[in-house]
Amino acid sequence: MIGPVIGVLFDGFAYGMLLFLLSVGLSVTLGMMNFVNLAHCAFAMLGGYVTVTLMNRFGWPFLATLPFAFLVTALVSIVFERVLYRRLYRASDLDQVLLTIGLAFVSVAVAAYVYGTIQQPVQMPSYLRGSVTVLGVGFGVYRLFLVAVALAITLLLVAALEYTRFGAQVRAAVDNQRMARGLGINVDGAFAFTFALGSGLAGLGGALAIEIVGLDPSFAFTYLIYVLIVVSVGGLGSIAGSFAAATLIGISDVAGKYYIPELGPFLIYLVMVVLLMWRPAGLFGRR
Amino acid sequence: MSALSTRGLDKSFGSLVVASDISFELPQGARHALIGPNGAGKTTLINLMTGMLRPDAGEILLGDEEITALPPEKRVSRGLVRTFQINTLFPNLNALEAVTLAVCEREGMARAWWQRISAYPSAVDEAHAILSSLMLGADCYRPTRELPYGRQRLLEIALALATRPKVLLLDEPAAGVPRDESAELFAAISNLSRDITVLFIEHDMNFVFRFASRIIVMVGGRILLEGTSEEVAADPRVREVYLGKSHHGVRHG
Amino acid sequence: MSVTAASPHAYLERQARWTWIEVAFWAAALLPFWLTPNYLVLASQIAITALFALSLDLILGYAGIVSLGHAAFFGLGAYTAGLAAKHGWGEPITGLMLGALVAGIVGYAASLIVSRFRHLALIMITLGMGLLLKEAANSASWLTGGADGLQGVKMWPVFNTFRFDLYGYVAYTYSLIVLFLVFLVARRIIHSPFGLSLRGIRENPLRMPAVGASSRAHLRKIYTISAVMAGIAGALLAQTTETVSLASIDFERSADVLVMLILGGAGHLYGGLVGAIIFMVARDQFSGNTPQFWYFWIGTLLVAVVMFLPNGILGGLAKLVSTWRGSFWRGKS
Repeated sequence: MIGPVIGVLFDGFAYGMLLFLLSVGLSVTLGMMNFVNLAHCAFAMLGGYVTVTLMNRFGWPFLATLPFAFLVTALVSIVFERVLYRRLYRASDLDQVLLTIGLAFVSVAVAAYVYGTIQQPVQMPSYLRGSVTVLGVGFGVYRLFLVAVALAITLLLVAALEYTRFGAQVRAAVDNQRMARGLGINVDGAFAFTFALGSGLAGLGGALAIEIVGLDPSFAFTYLIYVLIVVSVGGLGSIAGSFAAATLIGISDVAGKYYIPELGPFLIYLVMVVLLMWRPAGLFGRR
Repeated sequence: MSALSTRGLDKSFGSLVVASDISFELPQGARHALIGPNGAGKTTLINLMTGMLRPDAGEILLGDEEITALPPEKRVSRGLVRTFQINTLFPNLNALEAVTLAVCEREGMARAWWQRISAYPSAVDEAHAILSSLMLGADCYRPTRELPYGRQRLLEIALALATRPKVLLLDEPAAGVPRDESAELFAAISNLSRDITVLFIEHDMNFVFRFASRIIVMVGGRILLEGTSEEVAADPRVREVYLGKSHHGVRHG
Repeated sequence: MSVTAASPHAYLERQARWTWIEVAFWAAALLPFWLTPNYLVLASQIAITALFALSLDLILGYAGIVSLGHAAFFGLGAYTAGLAAKHGWGEPITGLMLGALVAGIVGYAASLIVSRFRHLALIMITLGMGLLLKEAANSASWLTGGADGLQGVKMWPVFNTFRFDLYGYVAYTYSLIVLFLVFLVARRIIHSPFGLSLRGIRENPLRMPAVGASSRAHLRKIYTISAVMAGIAGALLAQTTETVSLASIDFERSADVLVMLILGGAGHLYGGLVGAIIFMVARDQFSGNTPQFWYFWIGTLLVAVVMFLPNGILGGLAKLVSTWRGSFWRGKS
C-alpha cells in the first residue's frame, strides 16, 4: 500500500531533479540579468544530441559523453551570448522572448533536419539498467543515478556560491546589479560565466533526460514549458527556489498522471497559475 | 490646518532603517526645502508620502484628511503630486499628448473609449496652455525622447501641474539640468502659484536659498532640524553633516 | 525642416484623419473578388486571422501586455459559435455575438488576474491560462469533441439569404465586413482619451499613478475588449469553416499570432493586418514543404526582425517616411 506511494514520490523526485538541472541555469541568469532566454531548452536539446552522436556514431560509453554534453553546450552558449544576446540586455522583455523563441525554432528545424523527428534510440550501459529493491519498493537504478548526480551538483553549486569569492560576486550581482558594478565587480564577466555554466548544466540535463523522457526535436519546446514553470514558481535567481519548485512540480506531475490521468498536464498548469497569483515573484524570489 | 503633515512615520527594510519618526507640517502656500546627504532618506520620504511605499507606522494627512491607506493615484486626485528625480516621462508620446493624458485622467475623461480626443477641446486647450506657460508650447509636437534634458525636466513639472496639485513635491528639479537651460526652470518654479504648497528636495544650495523660506534637514532617516535659511546655515550640526559640500554648490544628475 | 505651427486641435484632427494609404488598403481588400477568385477561402482565413492579430495588438502594442495565451479567447469564441450551430441555432450574426459574449465574460474574469502582473509573471500566467483552457477543451471531449474536433456544425444563411458557399464568396464578404466593423471600433479606441492612457501605460507604467491614472482599471477594460474581438474572430472561423478543432485554442495559434503582429509591427493598428497577410500567404505558398523548413525560416525571420527591424515592417516604414519627409515633429503613434 505504501509501496506505490513511495514509488511515485521517488519517481517524481527523480523527475524533479532532472527539471532542476534543466532549470537552475535559467533561474540564475534571469535573476542576474533579467534576460529571458527561451532558447534555454534548445541548449538542453543540444546536450542530448551530443550524447546521442557520441554514443551512436562514435561508440563512446554513456558516462564519458556527459562531460562533453556539458562542455559543448557551454561553449556554444558562449558564442551565442557574445554574438547575439549581449546586444539585448537592455531590450524589452518582448524582444528577448521573440529573439530566443526564434533561435529555438531554428534549432528545432536544424535538429529535425539532421537527426529526423523520431526519438533517438540510446542504449544505457548495463550497470545503469534495472532496479534495486529496498524494503519491498523498487527503485530504478538510472533514476538513483540521476538523483545522485543532481544532488552532487546542487552541493557543488551551493558550496561555490557560499564559499568562493566568485560565488559572492554572483550573489551580489543577483541582489543588486547596479550596486555590484559600483563596487567594482565585473558583472558582465560574472554573467557570461554563469550563463555558460547554466547552459552547460542544461546540456547535461538534456543528456540525462534521454533515458527518462526521450529525445526528439520537440524537446526544446515541450520542456521549456516545464522549465519556465519551475523558474517562475521557484523565484528568479534562487538555487533553493529552483530546487524546491522542481521537486514540487516533478512530484505533482508524476503523481497527477498516476492518480488522475484524465487531467494530464492540467494539474501543473493550475499549480503554477495559483502559485504565481499568490507569489508573483516566485516562492523564493525577490522584487 | 496645514496643507500636508506627517506624524511619526517609520519605515525599515529589514534592519536598514530608512525613516524614523518623521513628523513635520507644511503650511498652506509654503515653499519648503528638504535637504540632506545622499542616503538620508529624502526620496524614501517622498515615496512614503505619495503612497509608493507603505510606512511601518505613522500617519500622513492631506489637509485634514488622513491618506495613509490611500493608493498613489487616489492621493493624486486629492491634490498630492510629485515629480521624479530622474525623468519619468513617456518617451514616444509628444508633450501635448502627455499633458493631455494627465488632464483627461484628472477629469475622468480617460474612461471614454468611444470619442476621439478632438471631441474634448477643453482638455487639449488646457494642456497647451500649461505647456505654453512653461515655454514648451513650440516643442509640444516633438516626441519626448527628442527633447533636450532641461525641456524634459520642465515637462516633468508640466505633467504635475496638469493634475491641479494642492501640494507639490519636487524631487531634485534642477538635477542634471545644464546651466544654459536652467533659467527657464527657475522661472517656472518662481511662477508657481501661491495656492500650491511646495516641498522640494535639492542638493543645490543656491537653489534652496533662492526659493525656500524654510528648510528641513534630514540625516540617516531622521529629521535633524527645521528652520529658516539663516538658522539652518548657521547651525554647526548642519555644517558637520555637509562637510565641504556647501563650498561646491554641487549639481547632481 | 520647418516646425508645423498648427494649432493643437488641427494637429489632433490630422492624427485621427483617414489617410489615403488606409483607404487604399481597404479598397485593395476588395481585389481578391476579381483578381484571385479561387483563393477566397484563404482570403477569409486571412481576414479572420487579421482580426485576431488586431485584438492582440490592442493589448500588446498599445497597452504593453505580453500575452502568450491569447488563443484562449479565439478558441472560446470558436467553440461557442460552433456549439450553438451544432445544437440547432445556426444563425450566424447571433452566433457571432454569443461567441463574443462568452469570450468577453471569461476575458473580464481573466483581466482581474492579468492586470495585476508584469514581466515574467505576466507572460507565464497568460501562457498557463491558455494551456489550461486547451487541456480543459481536450478533456471535455463530450462537449468539444476533444482531439477529433467539433462535428456537425451547420450554419444558416446570413440574413436568411446568403448561403455559405464552397468557393468562399459569402465567407470572405462576411469576414471582411466583420473585420472592418471591428477595426473601426479599434480605431476609435486608439484615438480616444482611453487609447491615449493605454499608450501611457505602455510607455511608462510608473508615471501613470503619478498622474492620477488607475492603470489596472484601464488594463482590465482593454483586455476584456480584446478578448471580445478575439472571440469574434474565433466565431467567424467556426462559422466559415463549419468545424472547430483544438488547433483554435493551442499554444501554436497564440505563438503564430504573436509572430504576425511583431512582423507587421505592434502599436501601429495595421501591423497585425499586414503581418497576417504576409504570414498566411507565405505559409500557404510554403505549406508543400516540410514543417521544419517553415520553422527554420520563421525562426530566422524572428531573429532578423528583433535585431534589425525592432518595430516590425510598419515601424521600419514609418521611420523611413519620417526621415524622408525630414519632419521630426509628427510624433505619430
